[in-house]
Amino acid sequence: MPDILNLIMYVFLFASLNFEVFLLITYFEIRDGIKDEEKMVARAPKRQPSVTIIVPCWNEEKTVSKTINSILNLDYPKDKLKIMVVDDGSIDSTWEVVQKFRNNKQVELYTKENGGKHSALNFGISKLTTDLVGCLDADSYVHKDTMNKIAVYFEDRKTMAVAPSIKLWNPTNPLQLLQKVEYGFGIFTRKVFQYLNAIYITPGPFSIFRKEVFENLGGYRNAHNTEDIELALRMQKNGYKIAHAHNAYVYTVPPRNIKTLLKQRVRWSYGFIKNAQDYKDMFFNRKHGNLGMIILPMAAFSIISILFVSTVSIFQMLQALVNYFIRVQAISWNVHFNFPTFDWFYINTDLIALLGIVTTIGTLTMIILSKKLSEGNKIIGMDLIYFFSLYMFIAPLWIAKASYNVLVGVKATWR
Amino acid sequence: MEGKSINWKKYFFSFAITAVIFTTAIFLSNYFSQKKLAEVRGIQDKIAIDILSSETQFSLLEESSCKDIGVGTLSKELGTLEEKLSYTENQRGSDDPEVQTLKQYYSLLEIKDYLLMNKISEKCNKTPISIIYFYSKDCDDCVKVGYVLTNLRETYPDLRVYSFDYNMDISAVRTLISVNKVENKMPALIIKDTNYYGFKSIEDLEKILPELAIMKAEKEKLEKQASTTEAN
Repeated sequence: MPDILNLIMYVFLFASLNFEVFLLITYFEIRDGIKDEEKMVARAPKRQPSVTIIVPCWNEEKTVSKTINSILNLDYPKDKLKIMVVDDGSIDSTWEVVQKFRNNKQVELYTKENGGKHSALNFGISKLTTDLVGCLDADSYVHKDTMNKIAVYFEDRKTMAVAPSIKLWNPTNPLQLLQKVEYGFGIFTRKVFQYLNAIYITPGPFSIFRKEVFENLGGYRNAHNTEDIELALRMQKNGYKIAHAHNAYVYTVPPRNIKTLLKQRVRWSYGFIKNAQDYKDMFFNRKHGNLGMIILPMAAFSIISILFVSTVSIFQMLQALVNYFIRVQAISWNVHFNFPTFDWFYINTDLIALLGIVTTIGTLTMIILSKKLSEGNKIIGMDLIYFFSLYMFIAPLWIAKASYNVLVGVKATWR
Repeated sequence: MEGKSINWKKYFFSFAITAVIFTTAIFLSNYFSQKKLAEVRGIQDKIAIDILSSETQFSLLEESSCKDIGVGTLSKELGTLEEKLSYTENQRGSDDPEVQTLKQYYSLLEIKDYLLMNKISEKCNKTPISIIYFYSKDCDDCVKVGYVLTNLRETYPDLRVYSFDYNMDISAVRTLISVNKVENKMPALIIKDTNYYGFKSIEDLEKILPELAIMKAEKEKLEKQASTTEAN
C-alpha cells in the first residue's frame, strides 16, 4: 500500500482505538451506577405520571392491532394511560381495522390527510392532556413492564426524555441475527452515552418525553425523515437531560431482506449526516460537553473512516482477484493443493494488521459487554459470527449510498 | 452524571492508553520484521554453508565416483528462501535497503549453486536440468512466468530454478547476462544454453525439457516400489 494510504489508515486506527478506549473506560467507571439503576427499576415507581402514546400509522393494517394491544396490556393504571391512534391518510384498511378499539375508553382514534410521520405526531401532541408523551410505530410492540420502568427514571425532575432499549422481534434469518448484535451494541453505547450526557437519538419506538419538551422547543420536524435524531439534538442543544432505561424493552420487527434493510439504513445514515450538518455548530463546542467534543465528531468521523477503509479493501480485493485471474491464465487449473504448513514467518505482523487486531478485540469486548447488559448473558452464538462476517460488507453499502445521496442531493424516503 | 462538564482527565487517559497501545504495536511490528529478516539471513547462511560444503566435498572426492556426490548434495532450501524473500519483498517494498542486500546475496548463492550443479552433472555425464530466469519490475508477463515456474518447481522438486532481477547491480549477475547474451526483453529464460523470451506456459516448458517427464516417471516408479515394499 502506498505510504500516504498507510498514514491515513494509522490516523483512522488511532482515532477508532482512542474512542473504544474512551467508551470502555467510561463503562468501567459507570458499572456501579448501572447496578444502582437496575436496583432502582426493580421497585415500583413512586409516581405514575399520566402518559399518552401516539400510534402514527400509514398503511399498517396488518400490525396496528397488535401494536395497540401491546400498549393496552401495559402494566400501568388505565386512567393514566391514553392511546392516540393517528391514521396518516392510509390507503389500505388501517382505519377500518382500528375501529374495533372505538369503544375503548383508553383509545382515541383520529384520521388526517397524509403528511408524514412528524405531522401525525404533531397532530397528536396538539391534543395532548397528559404529563408525558411518547409514540410507538405500528411495527413495534412494548413489553408490559416498560412504562413502569420508564416512569422510575422520570422521578428525576431534570430528566426530560427517556429512551428505551430496542430489541428485535423474533430474529431468525442471518440478516436479522446480525441486526440483533447491532441493536444490542446500540443498548451498550446508549447507556454509556447517557452517563456522558450525549444521547443524540431518542428512537422512534417508545421514547417518552415530558410535555414541556414540545411546549418549550416546538413540535417534531421533518428533519430529513429522521425526526428522532433531530429532536434529541435539539434537546441536547438546549441542555435537556435524556436518560436511557436499558431494562425497559420495546420490540421492533427487523427488515427481513437486504433491500428493505438498506432502505432503512440509508434513511438513518442520510438523516444523521443531514442533521449533523444542521447542528454543525455543536461539533467541537465545549458548551455541549462530551457530545460536542467527542461523541458527535466520532460519529461523523466513523462515516468517513468506514468509506475510506471499505474503498481501500475493495481495491485490495479486486487486486487479489486480478492476481488470481493472471495466475489461472498462466498455469490454467494446474493448481497444487498443498496442505498449508504452519510457518509463523507468513503471519502478517504489519503495524496495520496488529492495530486491526487490537481494534477488533476492543469491538468484541464491547459487544460481549453489550450482550451482558441487554440479555444478561455473554453467550457467543451464530449472531456474532454473522455480525463479524457480514456486517463489514453490508454496512459500507448504506453509508456509501447515504453519503452519495447527501452529495448529489437525493432526498431519503420512508418507504 | 457528569452533566455538561467535561472530564478532561479521562480524555487524556484514553489518549495515553491508545498511545501506549500504538507504541507497543509499532515496537512489536518492528521486532517481528527484524526476526523475519534474521530468519531469511539464517537460511542464506545455511545455504552458503551447504554450497561451501558441497564444493569442498567435490574437491576432496574429485577422483571418486558419481555415487558419492549425486545431485542430492545440492541445497534443498533455495526454494524456501526464494518464497520467503519474495514475501519479504512484498511486505517491505523492493526499494527497502535490507531487501536489496538480501536479494544480492541470494543472487550470488544462486550462481554458486548453478555452477556447482553444472560441475556435478558434468562429472556424472548428466544434462543439467535447470532454468535460469530473468525478470524485471513492471513486467506483466514476468508475473505469469513466475506462477508457471513456481508450479513447475512444485511438480518437479528436482528441477532447479534460478531467478534473477535483470537490473540487479552486481557484477556476477551482469557477467551471467553477458556470458549468455541475454537481451533486455523480459521475461527471459535460459534452458540448456538456449535463450527464450516472452511468456512460456507449463506445456511449452515441458516440451523444451522432456527430461522433466522422465524425471517424474522415475520418481513415481520409486515411490511405487517404496509403497509395495512397505505393504509387504
